[in-house]
Amino acid sequence: MSTTSGNGVRLPIYMDNHATTPMDPRVLEEMLPYFTQKFGNSASRNHSFGWEAEQGVEQARERIAKLVGATAKEIIFTSGATESDNLALKGVAEMYKEKGNHIITAVTEHKAILDTCKRLEKYGCRVTYLPVKGDGLVDLEDLKRALDDKTILVSIMFANNEIGVIQPVEQIGAICRERGVLFHSDATQAVGKVPVDVNQMKIDLMSISAHKMYGPKGIGALYVRRKNPRVQISAMIDGGGHERGMRSGTLAVPNIVGLGKACELCMQEMPEESKRLAALRDRLRSRIEKDLDEVYVNGTMEHRLPGNLNMSFAYVEGESLLMGISDIAVSSGSACTSATLEPSYVLKALGTGDDLAHSSIRFGLGRFNTEAEVDYVAAKMVEVVLRLRELSPLYEMAKEGIDLKKVSWAATPDH
Amino acid sequence: MAYSDKVLDHYTHPRNVGSFDKSSSEVGTGLVGAPECGDVMKLQIKVNPETAVIEDAKFKTFGCGSAIASSSLATEWVKGKTVEEALAIKNTDIVRELSLPPVKIHCSVLAEDAIRAAIGDWKKKQAAAEKPQSVEANA
Repeated sequence: MSTTSGNGVRLPIYMDNHATTPMDPRVLEEMLPYFTQKFGNSASRNHSFGWEAEQGVEQARERIAKLVGATAKEIIFTSGATESDNLALKGVAEMYKEKGNHIITAVTEHKAILDTCKRLEKYGCRVTYLPVKGDGLVDLEDLKRALDDKTILVSIMFANNEIGVIQPVEQIGAICRERGVLFHSDATQAVGKVPVDVNQMKIDLMSISAHKMYGPKGIGALYVRRKNPRVQISAMIDGGGHERGMRSGTLAVPNIVGLGKACELCMQEMPEESKRLAALRDRLRSRIEKDLDEVYVNGTMEHRLPGNLNMSFAYVEGESLLMGISDIAVSSGSACTSATLEPSYVLKALGTGDDLAHSSIRFGLGRFNTEAEVDYVAAKMVEVVLRLRELSPLYEMAKEGIDLKKVSWAATPDH
Repeated sequence: MAYSDKVLDHYTHPRNVGSFDKSSSEVGTGLVGAPECGDVMKLQIKVNPETAVIEDAKFKTFGCGSAIASSSLATEWVKGKTVEEALAIKNTDIVRELSLPPVKIHCSVLAEDAIRAAIGDWKKKQAAAEKPQSVEANA
């Protein structure tokens, strides 16, 4: 149910574009014919219904490949980046098991990578989880040191979903290529937002998700390099040999067409859009910082997605903040907002204290956010933080000059 | 996650926010929880020394909406009760009143702990107040 605020902003405001994005109407338009008119199975080789569907699929493949500097044959369709991550890691581990069983990844990866690694460890793989520095970046020396003669894969995400930080992908690719180790990057948050070139960056496998770039949910892709080197992976899903034997199952044609169109639009709009989003993000940040003290940006601003802002508001807990800005959709690294009651492990990896992790808010600006929305959100954030600080015993203690780090907290008092 | 109306009410209109003078002999202060856990409650009571009735209460909380509501409710409930009556308040009463889901039960436990801590602090002060008299008598 939407309402309008004072300055004409339509509520509620969606500013959580790292969780998902609204579909671009142009993407929906492109998909529609494939539901009831061009509804054929793209694997039906013998009639026009199949050929039509296949055409739609192949055009999408081209569009996706173009966006990332690949060739169409190197794009494999999956149900999303989580499946692509699973396929990349498990597919490589199985195919190259004679060569080795060591995988290197980082502690800030998405659960789709981390949980898959945990499973591979159960199956006998050895996994190294590289730490990150305070700015959120992997230390290249750590990577070089971790590589050994049993390493078969390095998997480092292009851009982080919580803090938007962009890893030194090109340098990581160079290191891996030189050592003859495959490099996979979960580029879910990066593709369509920042320039990605699999050849320039020496990426051998890459996960892509449609619903993070104004496409439909339920579809993604895995880029699998064919030349220099030729990468092979074991299929995880069998049955019919679709996608060059790498991923069986009838293709979700309308979704694929949507992903393709989403990529085409991103390619066209990226130069302008990334500039616009960075300006909006910086505006949001400066308006908040102007009226509030003790707010901290998590992760480096220098290598970051243009639309991402992750900030901690000292002395105020994240979920109570979200409650106060109930007409704005963002997310928090607070334990109270997670299903498992754990605070954000990404923020923890940066060395952010748990208390600041509980006080963090992630803003994800996107294609459909406006300046008026940014101003509304900034003003609301300031208002709610100030109100909650009046309620906060920590703020009171800090203002009295007490060093909160020196307090011995009684989680359960003596009775 | 939908919040109950009562939780939302306490969050939007928290009762008894503020602080008493910690050093006053009539005031008991309970500070429970830890920033690393995402929950810290400070609950204070002002107790009539003769009747042991809690005449006023104040709170401040760092925590989620349910934590704020639990401690706000706690200050409402202890007012007008004697110290012993207040000790009978159980976290389950808070859960019921605020319709807290299972994942938020720990907020009510912390609120109960805060009440006990405040009362414990007040009692300690009363006990310490009695000692100096005997010291003076001996001096």
